[in-house]
Amino acid sequence: MSVTADDVRRIARLARLAEPEDRVDALVGELNGILNWIEQLNEVDVEGVQAMTTPVAFPLPMRKDEVTDGGIRDKVLANAPKSDEGFFVVPKSVE
Amino acid sequence: MSADTYTLPGATGDWEVVMGLEIHAQVVSQAKLFSGAATAFGAAPNTQVSLVDAAMPGMLPVINEHVVEQAVKTGLGLNAQINTWSRFDRKNYFYPDLPQGYQISQFQFPIVGEGEIECERDDGSRFTVRIERLHLEQDAGKSIHDLDPNSTYVDLNRSGVALMEIVSKPDIRSPDEASAYVSKLRTILRYLGTCGGDMEKGQLRADVNVSVCKPGAYEKFRETGDFSHLGTRCEIKNVNSLRFIRQAIEYEAQRQIDIIEEGGKIDQETRLFDANTGVTRSMRSKEEAHDYRYFPDPDLLPLELQQDWIDQIRVNLPELPDAKRERFVSEMGLSEYDASVLAADKDRAAYFEEVAEGRDAKLASNWVNNELYGRLNKEGLTITDCPVSAAQMSGLVGLIEDKTISGKIAKDVFEILWAEGGDPAKIVEDRGLKQVTDTGAIEAVIDQLIADNPDQAASVKEKPKAMGWFVGQVMKAMQGKANPQAVNEILQKKLLG
Repeated sequence: MSVTADDVRRIARLARLAEPEDRVDALVGELNGILNWIEQLNEVDVEGVQAMTTPVAFPLPMRKDEVTDGGIRDKVLANAPKSDEGFFVVPKSVE
Repeated sequence: MSADTYTLPGATGDWEVVMGLEIHAQVVSQAKLFSGAATAFGAAPNTQVSLVDAAMPGMLPVINEHVVEQAVKTGLGLNAQINTWSRFDRKNYFYPDLPQGYQISQFQFPIVGEGEIECERDDGSRFTVRIERLHLEQDAGKSIHDLDPNSTYVDLNRSGVALMEIVSKPDIRSPDEASAYVSKLRTILRYLGTCGGDMEKGQLRADVNVSVCKPGAYEKFRETGDFSHLGTRCEIKNVNSLRFIRQAIEYEAQRQIDIIEEGGKIDQETRLFDANTGVTRSMRSKEEAHDYRYFPDPDLLPLELQQDWIDQIRVNLPELPDAKRERFVSEMGLSEYDASVLAADKDRAAYFEEVAEGRDAKLASNWVNNELYGRLNKEGLTITDCPVSAAQMSGLVGLIEDKTISGKIAKDVFEILWAEGGDPAKIVEDRGLKQVTDTGAIEAVIDQLIADNPDQAASVKEKPKAMGWFVGQVMKAMQGKANPQAVNEILQKKLLG
């Protein structure tokens, strides 16, 4: 498995990361290095072994259906670059 | 399938339509799926948002147990497989109303697997729709585009509210069937109390997958399970009323047929239905975003359910619409039609059952379905805003049943109940509306009429239909309070006897 320069550009765009074009070649090398290293795991025989979601053998903690939070609009909006009338205000984004 | 498959004519012959629906149903709960913020509709913007919903760094989701129960309940109501092991995944995309940058959803391992429900077409015939799966996921916030010409306003109150996405198999073959399926699903959800089903409030939203094919292709697909027999599908997003679902399908199917017949090819894509113009249009900006890069959410452990917990929910399921309809027919003696109409709405069925308690069920059904609903529809009201209570209605039906009043007078009493309220028995008593069954009184009126109209009386012997005039005159003289049966009997005796 290996990534190409186009894969790197695509992944960066999907993750909204601005990668300058002169960094792409270096990233292709770095990502392939990581993938090749991980690929060593393919040597392990996993025939008949189920894929594991988590190594934690603990049940999912649950919460009662009670309203215990909210009503903190000022905190929620505190980091917003722009807000108005209790709304977040962002650049126009309409389909 | 019914004998009449829905077809659309084209230059190259008939076309058929194939649809699968994805329904997003908002789960009835006090708090959100993974946070303790409220879900109530209509709150001031961003007042029902926790730091989890706003995706502040370091915040962790904790699942709402009741929502899990609601999903299991719904799965059981859809006759579906409940998976004792399911998992939450992250669906990654960027949008201003999705602060996390991903939606927590269930991709590979949903909580509910395959099921099926029976639906009813407009003509009363029934068909089965197989359910592919049901999974839990978070709703997004709401973007408002018309408050400012240059910016979008975002309210995160809805962000993190629990949704059930219910995916059907491609078993739906006409606009009528699509709307029948959504309405049946809504009825089941409302009976279960797991979703309010109000499409105007966005509690139920439909994505419709539409493709077209030539006659015979669909049957081949059903035999083999091979999707290549079907046409390329387009997904129409967020259609929010039954009428729009029908319109969107009609438009989209014709659009696809026109493209194919002109030698073109259908691109698999997401489209939006514009309710103002009745057309669907491509959402091109979403194409690239469709690479969702799902992976298991590391903040959440797998969701494991105990079989005895599921069994407990199953035992406590309410009576569902199909069972109710069958009981209305088999135990109460209603017609299939009346039973279907009553059972199709939870509130209507509950109202009817209260009216029919200890009463003649057919009479109760006639009064609820015809008089009461006729009036509600005329006034644009629903059964929950009905000014006449089920107890009052039951009293009224009881008065007709024991012949205290005639059906005709009952309509007047109904008007009084509607406008002024009160106890029907007392209204009848106070206003002297009791039916006169005293044959002596009726006889006196009839004797007088015959004496005043000898020619008319004689003509009845040749034309028995002319007796209707006498019936009318007696009723008029007695302000409609005479028992019609008694009037008829006495007239027969006196005029023909």
